[in-house]
Amino acid sequence: MNTAAASHKSVSGTHLTAYVNARMVDPATGYDGPGELLTQGGLIVDAGPGLFPDGTPEGCEIIDCAGQVLCPGLIDMKVFAGEPGAEHKETLESASLAAAAGGVTTIITMPNTEPVIDDISLVEFLKRRARFGALVNVHPMAAATQGLKGLGMSEIGLMRQAGAVAFTDGVQAVANAVLMRRLLSYASRYDALIVQHLEEPTLAEGGCMNEGEIATRLGLAGIPDAAETIMLERDLRLVELTGARYHAEQLSCAASVEIMRQAKRQGLPVSCGVSAAHLALNENDIGSYRTFFKLSPPLRREEDRVALVAGVADGVIDVIVSGHNPQDQESKRLPFAQAATGGVGLETLLSVALICFHDGHVSLPELLARMTINPARLLGLPGGKLARGQPADLLVFNPGKTWVVTGSALRSKSKNTPFEDRHLQGVVMRTVVSGETVFIREEI
Amino acid sequence: MSSPRTTHAIRFPHRHLLGIKDLSATDIDQILDLADSYVELNRQVEKKQNLLRGRTLINLFFEASTRTQSSFELAGKRLGADVLNMAVSNSALKKGETLIDTAMTLNALRPDLLVVRHPDSGAVELLAQKVDCAVINAGDGSNEHPTQALLDALTIRRRRGSLQGLLVAICGDILHSRVARSNIYLLNRMGARVRVVAPPTLLPAHIGRLGVEVHHDMRAGLQDVDIVMMLRLQQERMHGAFVPSLREYFHFHGLDYEKLSRAKPDALIMHPGPMNRGVEIDSEVADDIDRSVIREQVEMGVAVRLAVLDLLSRNLPVNSPAAGAK
Repeated sequence: MNTAAASHKSVSGTHLTAYVNARMVDPATGYDGPGELLTQGGLIVDAGPGLFPDGTPEGCEIIDCAGQVLCPGLIDMKVFAGEPGAEHKETLESASLAAAAGGVTTIITMPNTEPVIDDISLVEFLKRRARFGALVNVHPMAAATQGLKGLGMSEIGLMRQAGAVAFTDGVQAVANAVLMRRLLSYASRYDALIVQHLEEPTLAEGGCMNEGEIATRLGLAGIPDAAETIMLERDLRLVELTGARYHAEQLSCAASVEIMRQAKRQGLPVSCGVSAAHLALNENDIGSYRTFFKLSPPLRREEDRVALVAGVADGVIDVIVSGHNPQDQESKRLPFAQAATGGVGLETLLSVALICFHDGHVSLPELLARMTINPARLLGLPGGKLARGQPADLLVFNPGKTWVVTGSALRSKSKNTPFEDRHLQGVVMRTVVSGETVFIREEI
Repeated sequence: MSSPRTTHAIRFPHRHLLGIKDLSATDIDQILDLADSYVELNRQVEKKQNLLRGRTLINLFFEASTRTQSSFELAGKRLGADVLNMAVSNSALKKGETLIDTAMTLNALRPDLLVVRHPDSGAVELLAQKVDCAVINAGDGSNEHPTQALLDALTIRRRRGSLQGLLVAICGDILHSRVARSNIYLLNRMGARVRVVAPPTLLPAHIGRLGVEVHHDMRAGLQDVDIVMMLRLQQERMHGAFVPSLREYFHFHGLDYEKLSRAKPDALIMHPGPMNRGVEIDSEVADDIDRSVIREQVEMGVAVRLAVLDLLSRNLPVNSPAAGAK
């Protein structure tokens, strides 16, 4: 540490910032304790307890974290950002404002856009738009099949080179088994991760919520658990066959958690995610046809929610996403079956995920790992840890402070939050991307 | 003047009639008692009342209907309301999209009562949140069809005196049926016992949780029942998607005298119509004047709708807000 501190002084010409008086949480090492951190320009120079025994380096900007948590900025692996084609619902700029306010420093965009992101020119377009319009890092996921039609592979190798971090058909599954097999083997050659939406399309057809008593009472067509587990089981057999990496985008039911637990025990190169909403809500929240709770995969029973939380706690579930999916009023103020799926979630991701921590199910480093180092490793991205040479993508938050979600106050262009009027704990105080503060909470 | 309104002063504690789910046994009795008195009115030569004079009733049907719509129309006219029928074309493309816009348009027309049928569950409730008038659900998706369950209850009550303790079998396409759901809620609330009888493909998940006995076999399901309610099987569900064929369906689930012999000797046969003769019900059984009350159900339909319009109108504002007020 002393050598590092000494070396700070030798650096000149680039902006130095010291973060002091923090409860530092590094999910990569599991460290949770007092600490300081020094950044220079866009990179972390050093981090640890007692970093500045002789005081901070001269000319250095000092940020007093006031005892609050300092951790790597969040990486959100599932975001619908509207561009291109649905700019009236969200743009990269508005999504990035929401992300910054939510402590998210990197968003992974989904390819279900108009046009579909299935071509290098579109991957480049997104990266260019993000460079000029977004406050946070943006990395696109590209379509696994051409036009998301599920018939032929997209140009995985070329799009990987152009900067696509993973490949998925997004809101629909790659249903054809032989195509999925070939996608897995082909993508492994480029170390490209295949991400699957777990929904067997014929079983889910026409369904708009979890199949069960509540759907029966509401007279709505349901989607059974089996639509998810059949797809997951099939894919795991294909992973055995190909040995390729595979990521199940979002689990929604207890049975899937158990299947993944077995698969990991077996040593398969698989990982999976869950949305923060699925850790906090269940199908009862739909009440009387409340379309803001129409999600994909659907919210399921309370037993399923409990199993998902347990999956996060014991490490079966690697990643927590927001599943941020902006929808305008016209898409949501419809009869339930006709309404669009999805909810905005970038600004509530951290606070909603923190419920698992406040309820005592998981430690803070473990929880944050699922939104930082884990997605970074899966996608081969830098960040997600507090170490020398890492990008200075940082988050300072007050884990205990309460706030009330107000849809109209959210930064996203769309206000379809399933957490309207909910009291949540955990307030983002400052978000830093590449050493620059992109969000700071003044009122407090 | 022989007004049938014996329960004149009693307020009905609901602004809308969206489903049986929302009604207590007292509410249901109140509707049925009043409907009972309207049956007599309907049988007189002079049927016209002026209770709803000056009121506007709009029948808004997003799905085709003959008997429900005409029944509401007749009820509205007999009470002296101006009745407007609006059929909204249901092109697949525009389905549901204009619902809120429709509500805004309707508000401008200032109706007092709005009768709505819509192919989506929950759509009528959504509309009710956006309009200024009283809303009556005339069927929404697979959710509810409350006036059908009420007219079924009235028919049974007039024949049997009470619903309490009766054993009722609801047979056929329970999965897609709003009539089945409304009837299950109503019969349970009024102390009847309910069985559902259908092939497993035509039953929704966990239907037993709604408080019914589940049967897949007609003979077992009809054993000792007081009432047999048959449901219509939609054409598009007959040929392989839910049941293999019409012939096979009729063989195992169509109501004929042989299956009916398991029910009590005086069991009543009901059907919400329109019937598929030879699919869910044998033609002779349907026309059996000793057993079938299918035509009586239609008559009771008008009486129930008169009662519902009457009760909801008691909660309407007496004077509309001043014209020109925003």
